[in-house]
Amino acid sequence: MSGETVLILGATSAIAERFARLRAADGDRLLLVGRDAGRLDAIATDLKARGADPATATLALDLAAPAEGFAAAFAAMTAALGGHVDVVLVAYGQLGDAAVTTADADPAAVVDLLTVNMTSACAWASVAAAHMERRGRGTIAAIGSVAGDRGRRSNYVYGAAKGGLALFMEGLAHRFAGTAVRVVTVKPGFVDTPMTAGMAKGGPLWATPDAVAADIDRAIAKGRPVLYTPWFWRIIMTIIRALPRPIFNRMKI
Amino acid sequence: MLQQRTVTSWGNVRKGRHLTAAPAFRDDVPAAVAALVGAGNGLLPYGLGRSYGDSCLNVGGGLIETTRLDRVLAFDTEAGILRAEAGLSLDALHRITVPRGWFVPVTPGTRFVTLGGAVANDVHGKNHHLAGSFGCHVRRLALRRSDGTLMECGPDCETGLFRATIGGLGLTGLIESVEITLVPLASAEVEVENIPFDRLEAFFDLSADSADWPYTVAWVDCLARPPHLGRGIFSRGRPAADGPLTATPPGRPLTMPLEAPSGLINGLTVRAFNALYYRRPGARYCGRSHFQPFFYPLDGILRWNRMYGAAGFYQYQCVVPPDTARTAVPRLLDAISRAGEASFLAVLKTFGDVPPPGLLSFPGPGTTLALDFPNRGRSTLRLMTALDDIVRKAGGRLYPAKDARMPADLFRSGYPQWRAFAEYRDPAFASDLWRRVGAV
Repeated sequence: MSGETVLILGATSAIAERFARLRAADGDRLLLVGRDAGRLDAIATDLKARGADPATATLALDLAAPAEGFAAAFAAMTAALGGHVDVVLVAYGQLGDAAVTTADADPAAVVDLLTVNMTSACAWASVAAAHMERRGRGTIAAIGSVAGDRGRRSNYVYGAAKGGLALFMEGLAHRFAGTAVRVVTVKPGFVDTPMTAGMAKGGPLWATPDAVAADIDRAIAKGRPVLYTPWFWRIIMTIIRALPRPIFNRMKI
Repeated sequence: MLQQRTVTSWGNVRKGRHLTAAPAFRDDVPAAVAALVGAGNGLLPYGLGRSYGDSCLNVGGGLIETTRLDRVLAFDTEAGILRAEAGLSLDALHRITVPRGWFVPVTPGTRFVTLGGAVANDVHGKNHHLAGSFGCHVRRLALRRSDGTLMECGPDCETGLFRATIGGLGLTGLIESVEITLVPLASAEVEVENIPFDRLEAFFDLSADSADWPYTVAWVDCLARPPHLGRGIFSRGRPAADGPLTATPPGRPLTMPLEAPSGLINGLTVRAFNALYYRRPGARYCGRSHFQPFFYPLDGILRWNRMYGAAGFYQYQCVVPPDTARTAVPRLLDAISRAGEASFLAVLKTFGDVPPPGLLSFPGPGTTLALDFPNRGRSTLRLMTALDDIVRKAGGRLYPAKDARMPADLFRSGYPQWRAFAEYRDPAFASDLWRRVGAV
């Protein structure tokens, strides 16, 4: 699949950067979007050394609230990729502070977390869908989370956002069923990245960003609608979703 | 940002709790360093943890993990000059450079080391007799000191700090990036000749005869007794003139899934293995090999260190000068084979006389011997103490990257510039090894 154009929203995230390296090795042309211009440039330089198309570029903006609006920003990104986008990966996200699930929760923080993880992500998926529909092909992928599969006391704001995003993506997939446009929802479990820095790590449930990125790359190539990564999370989440509420309510998860 | 966790070194003998930071971008580094300095128990860079003993540990203190800093900063594919963040592994580097016809100038026996680790241990390879050690090929490095300054050092600037950082065991600051000169590669294949030899003198003769081969090394059966003391296989190679430029050979590496029972490596199994290895069909061999199995035979089994079980193992690597090598090496092998402390194949190599680039560089003129000992406690330590005496009398030294127990006097006699080095050490940087051998 060499020579595609790949748009990565949230390109400084560890999983996104690992995914970008896989596409760079294929010689793809990437546009890396995120907040931090310096970090984006460091990643772009690295990707070009790894084989990315020399036209690979960066764009610094606030993905949660683009100043010029989602549609205009997406049009600019499309232009920066030479007029078309083959693959979009919505990769940015924020785990949020544990305080948003306590009595002290600041409602504004709840709104912010939903805006970053769901509202803005759905807006990008929506403008990307319009682009893909006009072209009649392309792949829209977004990183959700296993946390979006069932509301849990420990992180239901993040979970609600990722669950909402997954539902939105499911709807898009339904809309594009039978066409050449693919919609991929990625649901990673625990991944050892800077985002999870506050958690105790180690053990069999933790995956590396490299392994997750390789799964995403395969899922995008195959157009798999829902990817649990690593694979065993599909089983774990099937069980957790199936737990009767009286049992679930006794669990401290 | 900081996390408490247990970190172990490759030999699995030394381990302990550390306060760790894992910066993902270079702009994260100053805050990570400041946080660990603020925690008060010192800090030490930690890469892929391939150091065997305690040179990569700072138990009870801080570790700054570098493997997320693995980006290429500049790669001049015409001149073969590459600058990258220090956490880039040689494995990842080769995936980038080999298809374009470039290779690291010096590689150790594992590709799972970071650039920073290669500098900090001034690693050597099978081409030491011609190319010197890794530090000989470093053009520049950027060093973050605990006071927040970033020092650019090289053979032509900040030379004192540069010479202290090459082989400096991570104690002069955090190496953020490294610029090296690569060597051109026409093919990913190596032309190999393996020649069995049945006694030690033949090793010295083969080494002398093979001086124009870029890569030479020998594996020695360290359980063989006279008259076969020091029997082994001499292996020499040169890059092939043609062939594919693939970074990896076909096939996937195996992973040692679990720790083996500690008794697995014993006199019987090792004797059987060594006898089979010596007589195996490939023992006398002339042909081609991909560079990976040639340079990294053990990397074919990921996490091979688990083979030694929960008790772990020690590695012992020394170098003895040319004028004493022919008497000291047989003494070492005799003591080892007499003790019967089972060790897999030992590695023997003659170093060249390229001047060592670092104040604490391990490689230098002479012959180096490296071998593993499963940790059986007191008897293993006693044997190594006996080996120390032979090395000390021969005017040799031990390799800190492999060491978990050398006495301070042996470090100081082996590295006479250690006091000059101590002047350059960053006061906030510390390691278990340094506390044992260097602290005054």
